[in-house]
Amino acid sequence: MRVTVRFFASHREATGLSTYIADVPDGSSAAEVLGSLCGSFPKLKSASVRVAFAINRNHVNPATPLRDGDELALLPPMAGG
Amino acid sequence: MTKRFSLSSQPLDEHAITAVVSRHDAGGVVTFVGRVRDNARGHDVVALEYEAYPEMAEHVFEQIADEATSRFPIKHVAIHHRSGRLVVGEPSVIVAVSAAHRGAAFEACEYVIDQVKARAPIWKKEFTPDGAVWVDDRP
Repeated sequence: MRVTVRFFASHREATGLSTYIADVPDGSSAAEVLGSLCGSFPKLKSASVRVAFAINRNHVNPATPLRDGDELALLPPMAGG
Repeated sequence: MTKRFSLSSQPLDEHAITAVVSRHDAGGVVTFVGRVRDNARGHDVVALEYEAYPEMAEHVFEQIADEATSRFPIKHVAIHHRSGRLVVGEPSVIVAVSAAHRGAAFEACEYVIDQVKARAPIWKKEFTPDGAVWVDDRP
């Protein structure tokens, strides 16, 4: 299946990308997609030690499975305000 | 007409945001203004750059406001946050809450700003005289 990954802040700088289309096995979880991305983007590994996930703009836990066409956002530690 | 929830690169207008929540049935309006401070963790700060996931941020603002409305006897909530580069003294976030009475408005306003800091997909890069770093405020 194919999912759209969004990178922000330190992750965007580590990958050099804001958006990436990832081909991953059907049913992959958010954490599994991150694992596969760390293979493609080695700098992402150290930058994503403390990461949260959102699927289609909702916060989810790392074990949440994705579906084809989903948008997965990797969220570095948030610092609004 | 000013929106209730907004993430914007435009300067924040405190009076307009307060007006959005003001109604004749609300006797108390509490407004919190967060501004860029000139120091953090013992060093000077000259500017902040906010980056956000805009499509999600406004959705999270709305969820937080709905939670506040069900937890406290309040009338209306507005949440506006800046994106882009801000210099010292500029408002970065404004939360306005109206209620029949002041107690609930104060409590709900604190709840909302705490949740925005914890959950809204917004990041800030701190510019100091020595360089720039992404801020990680979590304990």
